Amino acid sequence: MSSIRVLVGTRKGAFILTSDGKRERWDVSGPHFGGWEIYHLKGSPGDPNRLYASQTSGWFGQIIQRSSDGGKTWEVPGGEKVPEPYDPPAGVSNKFVYDISPETGKLLTTHQWYDGTQRPWEFKRVWHLEPSLTDPDTVYAGVEDAALFRSTNGGQTWQELPGLRGHGSGPSWQPGAGGMCLHTIILDPADPNRIFIAISSAGAFRTDDSGKTWRPINRGLHSLYIPDPTAEVGHCVHRIAMHPSRPSVLFMQKHWDVMRSDDAGESWQEVSGNLPTDFGFPIDVHAHEPDTIYVIPIKSDSEHYPPDGKLRVYRSRTGGNEWEALTNGLPQRHCYVNVLRDAMALDTLDPCGVYFGTTGGQVYVSADAGDGWAPIVRDLPAVLSVEVQTLP
Amino acid sequence: MIRVVLPAHLRTLARVDGEVKLHVEGPVTQRSVLDALEARYPTLRGTIRDHVTKERRPFVRFFACEQDLSHEPPDAPLPEAVATGAEPFQVVGAMAGG
Repeated sequence: MSSIRVLVGTRKGAFILTSDGKRERWDVSGPHFGGWEIYHLKGSPGDPNRLYASQTSGWFGQIIQRSSDGGKTWEVPGGEKVPEPYDPPAGVSNKFVYDISPETGKLLTTHQWYDGTQRPWEFKRVWHLEPSLTDPDTVYAGVEDAALFRSTNGGQTWQELPGLRGHGSGPSWQPGAGGMCLHTIILDPADPNRIFIAISSAGAFRTDDSGKTWRPINRGLHSLYIPDPTAEVGHCVHRIAMHPSRPSVLFMQKHWDVMRSDDAGESWQEVSGNLPTDFGFPIDVHAHEPDTIYVIPIKSDSEHYPPDGKLRVYRSRTGGNEWEALTNGLPQRHCYVNVLRDAMALDTLDPCGVYFGTTGGQVYVSADAGDGWAPIVRDLPAVLSVEVQTLP
Repeated sequence: MIRVVLPAHLRTLARVDGEVKLHVEGPVTQRSVLDALEARYPTLRGTIRDHVTKERRPFVRFFACEQDLSHEPPDAPLPEAVATGAEPFQVVGAMAGG
């Protein structure tokens, strides 16, 4: 029988929740790395027991952790090992250095700051880790200040893919309220050269040559909080989702607006439809129904809690526009938590399981595609990210 | 032998209990002590000072002999009591809420 492993990153550590395929009884392991912010952890599709975690601290900076046994034990890649000659130097798995080489980096040294001045790029933390679809030792990291890094040796060393910041619009990017973070990385399962990424608040970008060159894919987005609402860059994209069987169809939760693209991001159409508010952070797609999508509406950009104090997941079975509220088992009064952009995920069982975590420390599961919900845990630290692994 | 006291999170990261004892070649300074510390415990690289600039991270402080040495030049000699091992060199996470 299949089993489920839920990887939860919180403000004060990581937790691993496991269950059999019924998804009714759960074992809770953690906190791992107690006291540290765990922005994200994710397993390798190529080796589900290979996990990567982004461990950060305002005091001590960035640490990358790696597990080879499904989260039972962890190591800092390369950090414990006395290097052999020609090995990568030890203790650099947390070294994210922007490419400022003359060939690629000479124009990449500044971006726009809140006051309109130019400011040097400064690494702060890893927001999102995206392991390769096939190679457990290859993993991408989306970082703040926004850039994309890649490791091909299991997280021991990292190299920037500088074409993203260097494609031309980099100096005009500026941070949103949460910082200038690269938070979404989607690897196209049908085309290994194609990667989609999203940055707050620059927008969505795509490469078709494995990260050498990039271009903005924001046509159709409309944002009232920038001088030109239809500008090529400057949109605060919160999250993008794709179904692996249909990689040219993308769904986006923007700062405001839920959007859809049917041409790999070349153009976008709004599909907010009858949502009570189209502000929110996460968006995700059903494992077996490419037109069934989920969002969690949040009242507004300054009121980061559900409308009317009712925690509702909204599901569209039509790829957007027509939405239904899913409330069974979720609090319908006095609920004022938020659900962050990386804090929703789905398993691949049938029926498909849906999971999300809140800033109030609850992690909810629906074992029937959203019809009914139950808390797995209620009192964790604020949840930053949720990922799910469906294990054989 | 130089004694170094690490904050709890860095002791966990380096997998050490209690004080760290280091042998430091040459003058005993912030830089030489931190170089020796990072050579012995590579996981600490980047957590106390920046990988590239080697500047102290903003919320990390250096105390010894009841003095705040955080703003001393990195190549200034540390107090004799630290150099002789009578007093520890303390790496401290600055106070902050949350």
